[in-house]
Amino acid sequence: MAIVRLALCSLRNRWVTATLTLFAIGFSVALLLAVEKLRTETRASFAHTISGTDLVVGARGGSVQLLLYSVFRIGGATHNISWESYQDIRNHPRIAWTIPLSLGDSHRGYPVMGTNLDYFRHYRFGREQSLQFEAGGPFNDLFDVVLGAEVAHRLGYELGDMIVIAHGTGKVAFLEHDDMPFRVAGILKRTGTPVDRTLHISLDGMEAIHVDWHGGTPPPPGRRLSPGEVRQVDLTPRSITAFLVGLDSRAATFQVQRHVNGYRQEPMLAILPGVALHELWSLMGVAEQALLLVSGAVVAVGLIGTLAVMLAGLNERRREMAILRSVGARPRQIFLLLVSETLALALAGIVAGLGMLYLSLHLVQPVVQSRFGIRLAVTAPGWHELALLSLFLAAALLVSLIPAYRAYRNSLADGLNPRI
Amino acid sequence: MSASTQQPAIEVRDLAFRWHAGAPPVLDIPELIVERGQRVFILGASGTGKSTLLNLLGGVLRPGQGEVTLLGQPLRTLRGWRRDALRADHVGFIFQMFNLIPYLDVLSNVTLPSRFSAARRERANARGGVEAEGMRLLAHLGLGDRSMLGRRPTELSVGQQQRVAAARALMGAPEVVIADEPTSALDAGHKGAFLELLLSECATFGTTLVFVSHDRALARPFDRVIAMADINRAGAGGAPGGAHGG
Ligand SMILES: Nc1ncnc2c1ncn2[C@@H]1O[C@H](COP(=O)(O)OP(=O)(O)OP(=O)(O)O)[C@@H](O)[C@H]1O
Ligand SMILES: [Mg+2]
Repeated sequence: MAIVRLALCSLRNRWVTATLTLFAIGFSVALLLAVEKLRTETRASFAHTISGTDLVVGARGGSVQLLLYSVFRIGGATHNISWESYQDIRNHPRIAWTIPLSLGDSHRGYPVMGTNLDYFRHYRFGREQSLQFEAGGPFNDLFDVVLGAEVAHRLGYELGDMIVIAHGTGKVAFLEHDDMPFRVAGILKRTGTPVDRTLHISLDGMEAIHVDWHGGTPPPPGRRLSPGEVRQVDLTPRSITAFLVGLDSRAATFQVQRHVNGYRQEPMLAILPGVALHELWSLMGVAEQALLLVSGAVVAVGLIGTLAVMLAGLNERRREMAILRSVGARPRQIFLLLVSETLALALAGIVAGLGMLYLSLHLVQPVVQSRFGIRLAVTAPGWHELALLSLFLAAALLVSLIPAYRAYRNSLADGLNPRI
Repeated sequence: MSASTQQPAIEVRDLAFRWHAGAPPVLDIPELIVERGQRVFILGASGTGKSTLLNLLGGVLRPGQGEVTLLGQPLRTLRGWRRDALRADHVGFIFQMFNLIPYLDVLSNVTLPSRFSAARRERANARGGVEAEGMRLLAHLGLGDRSMLGRRPTELSVGQQQRVAAARALMGAPEVVIADEPTSALDAGHKGAFLELLLSECATFGTTLVFVSHDRALARPFDRVIAMADINRAGAGGAPGGAHGG
């Protein structure tokens, strides 16, 4: 242990270079862990978003695209499916329930989704959890809206507040349905999924605010229907964006999928959420790997920096090594001294890196949560992180062998009379 | 070790040493015997192999031919780590300069040998503890001031550094102290004082002292003076004048 104490004293003596090296290692470790965290949390968060749904049905197109707009509210649909086709499909004997989704409008950047009460009954996320209300309840009235937790929290809405929905999904709305405001009827509990960022209205409500619109343009001011008048109109939707399907048994999945995909009247696509997620991963895999590669390179740079610092120090420290030899240190102990110095640096770097990681997670978490709906859980490092850190330590150990071996050779060759 | 007390501290027989295979030998010493408690002064010009000899005596270098026996232990056949242990337990070293570990304070420098050698730690403990022994030695060498103990070597004069190094070499009462031109960085006045302190310490404990210098003026208080040229038959490359002594 005398050697370890010596190593620490020696590092303290060279604290400026030691600190710089430590931070270089710290940053590289923090980056590596952050990238890993982002990767795993994104995956977990995506996988967490939907469960219990057997099929997602939308207009024919890419399956990943369908998954993204229907479940994650990312991007938009190019086509809708007609109400008649939806009615037709949902009567299939093996289908237990469906949840219709109608997207396209927004409120201050948050998506507005039309659906029906089956949504609150059948939608499941995470481990088969259903939606819970923080306050109020499902929409009853035509102009009721149910807010996701994030929306209510961020925008400070409470039950009874009035909300105006904007046409389209842009951040800055030019056209607003300001003639038909909605009343907050319920606020959902936090789910850690895109539900938190969604405003839910009834399909009828969605139809009501568009009933007198034609091709995306509102009627001229004088000819608009009032909220009172609109209640007299037939508000059966003309179309929906997509719908989620629950079957009476998993075994029916492919049968129903074939039925939808082969539907004659309208081109439609039914996907298995798990399969589409898998496809999404393989799409994201390239980007993930690139990120991982870069952070791996940063770690390598950190280690090379450490190596350079240790090697540069060796020449100045030949005398020190000779003195240690003269008081009885064995070459093996000189070797150990250098190894423990490098390892101490690496360990301190890991600690610094973890510090940086958690600090930045703390700062970044709210932003990521509200922007992307991904909850970066600030949890203690798991097995995966520990494995990565051990890998890093192993690499540091390997690197430390180089200066240690040099010092070992020098201390033998120099004897007790070190040359400059 | 009682059986070997009769044996000399250092015994060299037919020693030959070359730095590289094929190179001319630096040392070729038929015989050198240093008795226990003897204080020996080795004199020689630069490059005549004094430091090389000390490295061999201290078991840092391994003799190519012949035998070096330290306190009854033949070094040539001794395994590497045993030689290191032997040195740690029984030998104190003082160098010409740059003697101290820069990142340890004075007291830690002095007590360093007892960190590497259990034998020396025990002997120091027998005299009242490692730290106490370190302070006692420092006091004997005129560095008893308490403010001195916590200082860094860089905050000492060269003469003070040499005395700290001497205290370290004497720490835990090693049987043999080897000093390689420890006074060459000191002025004449301090040389004398330093030498006197070192010699009196060695006399108190019956320590064998092998002291190397090319400064003949220092040789007077020693028991015995040996000229490199007299014991070494090898003509070192850099040695001026006739190489073949004796
Ligand atoms: N590590 C080494 N490798 C090769 N040759 C060496 C090495 N060390 C010393 N020598 C050679 O061995 C010879 C003796 O060197 P040594 O250091 O023992 O001399 P010295 O008597 O101590 O000289 P000085 O009084 O200058 O210290 C010299 O010719 C030197 O060049
Ligand atoms: Mg020399």
